[in-house]
Amino acid sequence: MENNGQTAPKKIRKSLPVSFHYTLMTIPGFLWMIAFSIVPMVGILMAFQNYMPKKGWFGSEWVGLSNFTYLMSLGDVWNIVRNTLVIAIGKLVLNIVIPLVFAILLNEVKNVAFKKSVQTIVYLPHFISWVILANIVGNIFGFFGIFNSVYTAFGNEPKMWLTDPNLFQGFVIGTDVWKEFGYNAVVFLAALTGISPSLYEAAAIDGASRWQSIRNITLPALIPTVVLLTTLAMGNVLNAGFDQVFNMYSPMVYSTGDIIDTYVYRIGITNMQFSLATAVGLFKSVVSFTLITVSYVLAYKFADYTIF
Amino acid sequence: MVENKTFLSRLFDVINVLILLLLAVSCLYPLWYTFCVSVSDKIAVSSGQVTMFPIGFNINSYKLVMGDAKFWNSFWISVQRVVFGTVFTMVVIIMMAYPLSKNKREYKPRNFMMWALIFCMLFNGGTIPWFITVKTYGLMNTMAALVLAGSVPVFNVILLMNFFRNLPSDLEEAASIDGAGPWRILWQIVVPCSVPVIATVVLFTSVGFWNEFFQGLVLMNSDDMYPLQTYIKQIVVQIPVGVTLTAEQYQQLNQNSNKALEAAKVFIAMIPMLIVYPFLQKYFVNGITLGAVKE
Repeated sequence: MENNGQTAPKKIRKSLPVSFHYTLMTIPGFLWMIAFSIVPMVGILMAFQNYMPKKGWFGSEWVGLSNFTYLMSLGDVWNIVRNTLVIAIGKLVLNIVIPLVFAILLNEVKNVAFKKSVQTIVYLPHFISWVILANIVGNIFGFFGIFNSVYTAFGNEPKMWLTDPNLFQGFVIGTDVWKEFGYNAVVFLAALTGISPSLYEAAAIDGASRWQSIRNITLPALIPTVVLLTTLAMGNVLNAGFDQVFNMYSPMVYSTGDIIDTYVYRIGITNMQFSLATAVGLFKSVVSFTLITVSYVLAYKFADYTIF
Repeated sequence: MVENKTFLSRLFDVINVLILLLLAVSCLYPLWYTFCVSVSDKIAVSSGQVTMFPIGFNINSYKLVMGDAKFWNSFWISVQRVVFGTVFTMVVIIMMAYPLSKNKREYKPRNFMMWALIFCMLFNGGTIPWFITVKTYGLMNTMAALVLAGSVPVFNVILLMNFFRNLPSDLEEAASIDGAGPWRILWQIVVPCSVPVIATVVLFTSVGFWNEFFQGLVLMNSDDMYPLQTYIKQIVVQIPVGVTLTAEQYQQLNQNSNKALEAAKVFIAMIPMLIVYPFLQKYFVNGITLGAVKE
């Protein structure tokens, strides 16, 4: 390919090296990235300033770490970090365990048509936005919603599921697991298609029970995937899911439902305390970046996983 | 397959099928419920009588939505956003992914570019600096912001790149011997050979643009520029900032809103999604397994 330039010297355009054209191709993408990913990184400066929109990023007064010390002195921050951790870790664990169990159960079904139909249906919620799902879930679990109709039929008092601070975290985790389990099971199901049916046949001939073949054939085939997913999930420890929480929470559940991202939104966009909000965001970005990098390195070392 | 049917094994099969059925129903029911609410009587809805079937069937809510100019305005903005956004994103990331699919020998800056991309995927400046940046560019309240503000979808670039990399290199060599330059090779050889992965990314991208609500909320400062999802977000009970309502007041607020009308809007917002779903279904399994895990 590189001798292309030498064999076709007639046209000037062709005599330019191939790599020149390659660079031309990447330019729009990199410009886009610089404008909307790199330039905002410069804005991190705001975390160390008393940012004034009129003075800009390079004219505002420098205040060192005082935004951070001020944040530490506010009680909210620890509460918010705790909420974030509880919700995020709950999701991380259950978003691996539940899809794993689901994939194993589905693998036990012999009827192909049934298997395919179930699979097709359970992917659906993944593609619906949280704006819409939060609305629907809110109706189902609202005070006058269908869930309470069923709940009270068993002789219980109706509850306000979405506005009870004690229930909110569990609620967020549960609905997220419900939305994503089908989608998350795809990787497990892909791993399962790699198991040779002759293994199950041999096990059956040897008199292995259902449970024994699940434990000794199915599960071991899935363990590498579980290990890999767990490692990669580490980077999401501070990601409790902005879209979901933002669409589901209300002032009544701030005590347990407010997470880093929603806090940043409220103090930054709503109250326009840009510097403080940037400082909180920076804390999250740095911790997440460190964790993701560590997790990728681990995944590469132990599972030969590379992203590119 | 050798069948080994004990009583317990049969029992397991029955329970297993029941569990899976229940899960499948749980994924479909919310959609069905929303549909039922949207075609039911307003009063029946607010008193919680609608469960499995519509009560007092009528299409008043849909008639109301039909005449709602704001709703259709937002719908149209979302449609434009999906079309412009997807076309722009695809052209840019295909061009970006192709040189990156070359190895370091064929294209020197490749590794450096790759690390820059990965860095931008893993680290970001945070919501506020991003918001101020877009504002400084003067993009507030423009369609350009709705298309561009999300920056390069790095994960999709990697997906495309990995696919391009696995195409047989003979194809490109043959084309280049026949005198095709890099641009021609990309658009006439590589792209037509990569239909499955491109279809996957097109679907991911368009669904992403359709579902996105946050940029619409913070970057559009008048509601006539809201995309549909942002519009839907706004029709749900609004509580003024800084006001803490008691549980009873909140319930009251909730009661006064027209749930049937809301459900009709939500349902219409889901329809485009439901239309592309069969295609999505077909391609996205590829998409995820190609990239091992979705970020």
